[in-house]
Amino acid sequence: MATTTTPPSSASESLHAAKAAAEALPLATHAPVTVRIEPPRGLLELRLRELWEYRELLYFFVWRDVKVRYKQTVIGVAWVILQPLMTMGVFTIFFGRLAKLPSEGLPYPVFYFAALVPWTYFAQALTNCTTIVVANQHVITKVYFPRLVLPLAAVCSGLLDFVIGFAVMIILTLSFGIHPPATVALLPVFLLLAVATALGVGLWTSALNALYRDVASIVPFIVQFWMLASPVAYPSSLVPERWRWLYGLNPMAGVIDGFRWALTGVGKPPGAQMAASAVAVIALVIAGLIFFQRVEGTVADRV
Amino acid sequence: MNVGTFEGSNVATFRTLKKDFMATAVIAAEGLGKRYVRGTVEARGMLRDSIMRFARNPVAALRRSKQETFWALKDVSLEVKEGEVLGLIGRNGAGKTTLLKILSRITRPTTGHAEIRGHVRSLLEVGTGFHGELTGRENTYFSGSLLGMKKREIDRKLDEIIAFAEIEKFIDTPVKHYSSGMYVRLAFAVAAHLEPEILLVDEVLAVGDINFQKKCLGKMGDVARAGRTVVLVSHQMNQMRRLCDRVVWVDGGAIRVIGAAHEVVSAYELAMSRGADLRSAESRSRQRAHFVGWEFANQEVEQPHILSTVGPVTLKISAESTEEIDRVTHGIALYNNDRQLIWGTAQYGLSLSPGRNEFSYEFSSLPLRPGPYSWLLSLFEEHEELDMWDAVPEMIVATESFQHPSDEWCGTLNLPARFSLTSPAKATASSNGSGLT
Repeated sequence: MATTTTPPSSASESLHAAKAAAEALPLATHAPVTVRIEPPRGLLELRLRELWEYRELLYFFVWRDVKVRYKQTVIGVAWVILQPLMTMGVFTIFFGRLAKLPSEGLPYPVFYFAALVPWTYFAQALTNCTTIVVANQHVITKVYFPRLVLPLAAVCSGLLDFVIGFAVMIILTLSFGIHPPATVALLPVFLLLAVATALGVGLWTSALNALYRDVASIVPFIVQFWMLASPVAYPSSLVPERWRWLYGLNPMAGVIDGFRWALTGVGKPPGAQMAASAVAVIALVIAGLIFFQRVEGTVADRV
Repeated sequence: MNVGTFEGSNVATFRTLKKDFMATAVIAAEGLGKRYVRGTVEARGMLRDSIMRFARNPVAALRRSKQETFWALKDVSLEVKEGEVLGLIGRNGAGKTTLLKILSRITRPTTGHAEIRGHVRSLLEVGTGFHGELTGRENTYFSGSLLGMKKREIDRKLDEIIAFAEIEKFIDTPVKHYSSGMYVRLAFAVAAHLEPEILLVDEVLAVGDINFQKKCLGKMGDVARAGRTVVLVSHQMNQMRRLCDRVVWVDGGAIRVIGAAHEVVSAYELAMSRGADLRSAESRSRQRAHFVGWEFANQEVEQPHILSTVGPVTLKISAESTEEIDRVTHGIALYNNDRQLIWGTAQYGLSLSPGRNEFSYEFSSLPLRPGPYSWLLSLFEEHEELDMWDAVPEMIVATESFQHPSDEWCGTLNLPARFSLTSPAKATASSNGSGLT
């Protein structure tokens, strides 16, 4: 309970206070608040404190999404492992054995799987994020909560799948006799960049989708093109030197290269390029927040 | 905003009395307005449409949004005191729900501002956030959290909620397999266990079977008694009378009348049943003669608009006149709550004097079934209408009932009858009810 009380002077008083607190429990669980309702103003009102108060709802949104997702599929959780494994198989056969694309000396399965785990997360998070506002329109028009909870839930709910995929990735890497170096501790940094990228773009697409439903049909194409523009099926060393700067602007290129490097020690450590794309992602998230908030105000009236 | 605030209340007195000393306003709204862009609901934004519109006429496409707007709410100011139960009534599209949505922060106002002290929970529908694939238990957690409960709170109340919904056996079954009754019961049980300081409710009580509705109303009554503030939208006028302290009549996006519950509700019902708007007080007072009030005299109880005896009673009606008027016809009619005419009569060839004239009807008895009634009073000079008044407040008959305990066998009249049975063997008499005194 968030209430502050002065220590009671006697035992009977403390008993009395405890009883009073118990009686007041339903109301006292929330600190007294005054909410001011007024027309939207300013560029960005973040209200991070309020968002924090709604953290349990964020958890429940993620929890519900995960539950429903696994209940609706026959094989449930196995799907999370099978999907990237099968993609890895296809990539290994076609890009690896047939097209003989280089893999920087890594076994193809490890090379592809290390990229597919962060990529699958990103693609799923972005797709989820795009539709989440419209999918919850019924709830939005009936109850208040910070709307930012929705895109946050979308990027968080893929994390469980990511963890499962990550475990498979470690097993796979070890089974090929590769022992991940200490740099593996840096993986959360790359994951964070992937989450931020998905959120940054997802804020835009989810808000745009509330305005124009076409966006949900466009996003799968964007994801597809984006994958080709990222070193998932090929190493980024394949990109000509003079285009590297442009390529480096794609934050997912940094994420995927970072994953491979952190896991196997192969490739170049992340440098200034990645720092630049991290800054770009932060800018994207902030711009996304502003745009999302603009649309958010009208979303209950529109959807 | 033609009719002013009604002062004083009769039936609601006992409810407002206990709240008189609690005077803190927990909701204070000032000049709230909401402008909608017309058509946004239908034109579910397709990018193609926007592009086409822009391609056809770029200038018009950009200007468009500015033109087709309308105000769903205009300059609404109101205060709700701590512990008060405030009702919102009005026709569909009058702006009740918009007001409720602004107060519950679902949508933001275009103008004005409001301040709300305390935690607000809103209940705009039953079963918000329910998902068919999830079990009753899982939905309870999600929906509860969405409505503003903490997880710990749900943990604590879960058993109570399940028991209230009477679905113990099915709590771990996906709700898609529920009957609609079970679904609604669970959804309502979750909502009924909210314990907010301020509760905003929209027309949600009109679900479920009668018994369950009563149970929910009882639970809501508990909420009101616990000193929580409630703002309630409903079309069920009797419910509004029973639950609310004050009622706001919203009309055309603005507050039309605000006052004691049964008075505003009655005024609204009368206006609706006549299919016309209430004539404004100003236009009536401009007439040469008009009614100003009515009451029961010679009653023991000091509530001049409540009939509490089946014995003799005198109805007194006052009318103001600005001048001497002859050949006046005065009509009176009594309607019940279903707008059925119960009784009517007229007096011809009356003369009114300047000042207050008092009409008086002495009834030996008004044996009416308990409930709300209304007087329609008229004044004519020859055939020219001077005044036609749906008397406010309405008359409440609150006498002892001599009728059948079951509703379907109650008629319009509440006739006090003395019963006796004479058997051939032993002459015993039993009395049921008392007669006239």
